[in-house]
Amino acid sequence: MKAGDLGREYQDGEAIITQGEVGDRMYVVQSGKVEVVRTDGAAEVRLAELKQGDFFGEMALFDKDVRSSTVRAKGTARVLTIDKKMFLRKVHEDPSLAFRIMEKMSRRIRELNEQAGK
Amino acid sequence: MLLDTGSRVAVVGGGPAGSFFTYFLLEMASRMEIELQVDVYEPKTYLQPGPAGCNMCGGIISESLVQYLGAEGIILDSDVVQRGIDSYVMHMDAGTVRIDPPGHEKRIAAVHRGAGPRGQVNHRWASFDKHLLGLAESLGAHVINDRVETIDWVDGRPRVATKKGEGGVYDLLVSAVGVSGGGLKLMESMGIGYQPPETTKTYICEFLLGEEVIEQYFGSSMHVFLLDIPRLEFAAIIPKGEFVTVVMLGEGIDKELVDAFLGSPEVRACFPADWSIPEEHCRCFPSINIKGSPRPYGDRVVFIGDCGENRLYKDGIGGDYRTAKAAAKTAIFEGVSEGAFRKYYGPTCKALATDNSIGKIVFLVTGLIKKLPFARRGMLRMVAGEQRSPGSGKQMSGVLWDTFTGSSSYRSVFQRTMHPLFLGKLVWNIIVALPRRRAIVGQ
Ligand SMILES: Cc1cc2nc3c(=O)[nH]c(=O)nc-3n(C[C@H](O)[C@H](O)[C@H](O)COP(=O)(O)OP(=O)(O)OC[C@H]3O[C@@H](n4cnc5c(N)ncnc54)[C@H](O)[C@@H]3O)c2cc1C
Repeated sequence: MKAGDLGREYQDGEAIITQGEVGDRMYVVQSGKVEVVRTDGAAEVRLAELKQGDFFGEMALFDKDVRSSTVRAKGTARVLTIDKKMFLRKVHEDPSLAFRIMEKMSRRIRELNEQAGK
Repeated sequence: MLLDTGSRVAVVGGGPAGSFFTYFLLEMASRMEIELQVDVYEPKTYLQPGPAGCNMCGGIISESLVQYLGAEGIILDSDVVQRGIDSYVMHMDAGTVRIDPPGHEKRIAAVHRGAGPRGQVNHRWASFDKHLLGLAESLGAHVINDRVETIDWVDGRPRVATKKGEGGVYDLLVSAVGVSGGGLKLMESMGIGYQPPETTKTYICEFLLGEEVIEQYFGSSMHVFLLDIPRLEFAAIIPKGEFVTVVMLGEGIDKELVDAFLGSPEVRACFPADWSIPEEHCRCFPSINIKGSPRPYGDRVVFIGDCGENRLYKDGIGGDYRTAKAAAKTAIFEGVSEGAFRKYYGPTCKALATDNSIGKIVFLVTGLIKKLPFARRGMLRMVAGEQRSPGSGKQMSGVLWDTFTGSSSYRSVFQRTMHPLFLGKLVWNIIVALPRRRAIVGQ
């Protein structure tokens, strides 16, 4: 890690969040790539690959359910944590802070609709 | 008075407040499908080492601001961030203690606001202010590299003119001129009854130590000093890439006070034994906002960042983000009249001012602790105990972390210090520390 790197570094294959666990924070990719995977029984499905500036784990900010997928580093990746309480307190003062997350969630719903239609 | 496609906005000052404002204004305008023309006037290019290319400050981007920017999609990369900070070391005559917040994550950024200190040889890192201005430009802002010399009014609209003759008439004028330099005089001359903030002088200097020495002696910690030196309020040493930045706040800062601080045993102990203060080094005496402007708006004009209202002593750039975004939201969604700014922008300024009044009490108490040897020892003992036992509550560590790094509101800091558990623990530690004289704890 360079002296000027922010966040935490994860090595190739290391899990940042794990499907089924409870979460109380969101993450932003600072550098490198991470992959989102979901396990159904023995099968593992790769849902997405995320890069710098992308969020994940944001559903934990809005519901109390467990993580719906596992996110792990693909190569060395650096990730910044955003605390749930800090974030929600700020959103209360400035709701527009949640805009980017809403944008991303709506894009994801669109993708899911397209997949369901296939 | 609403902004619409074709409206023209002048932002005077391209420091963090001006750049944040421009960025958010253009982003919200694009979502609302309004096409604005935004000119940012900024005489600095941020390419010149030394004070001429720099809006002088400690260069700490607070933990909360790093997270807000992350959520806004603004990533601070290692071409701008010189050092990620994950801890701080508190130095007092009674000893030294290192405080690691849970998580051990680097969420505070140490940057140089300009192109780096005088004497800088290689430009490995980009200026933070230039980086933000670049973000504003990437959304379509037009940067005019000149100082605004006059502002007058034409049919109720502000007219701006620079030395080189650039300028024009605008639908909204945004003042983000800071408090150092001549910008405030210009704003006072505008004839709208603007009262500038109250300020006090501070001191900053930069020492070239090289990456290895910094890593070894300062690491990725911010070093704060609570020393009983008359007139010294607070001091910190912030490690950057090849330099360390020394920041001092106090009463009537002069050479004598600077020498007393830099010559103190606590400061000397941070540097290599054979190191001495180099004759030539970059230094400045910038002003800091200590009481905001009472009415930072008018018809078609709004004051953001330091020249309006900002956070007391800490996290000024976080305050810039708050006021800039609140002003941009008002301009896009509520209009640019004095009434709109009073109703929708005013509360943000008021909230900062109220929190600063609480901050003054927090700093008063810190000042008292600095003066009382038994209180200093008690506080040190409490923090050291918290840091040694991972499972225990971290009341004092958390309070000091937020006070020194500006990561949360002064109200939240104050509320936590009023908690019976906190007070009980502190009193207990003071009593136990009473018979002890000097102890080096932690590290
Ligand atoms: C000693 C000290 C240490 C500090 N440390 C920190 C810290 O570690 N972290 C933190 O978050 N904050 C810190 N601050 C506070 C922080 O520096 C300020 O709050 C912040 O810079 C304010 O931003 P601004 O954009 O309002 O003003 P500025 O950064 O001062 O920018 C104002 C800009 O306006 C331009 N300008 C002025 N007049 C004109 C004109 N007539 N025409 C065109 N342009 C003009 C200037 O060139 C300048 O670029 C510190 C302050 C001091 C004094």
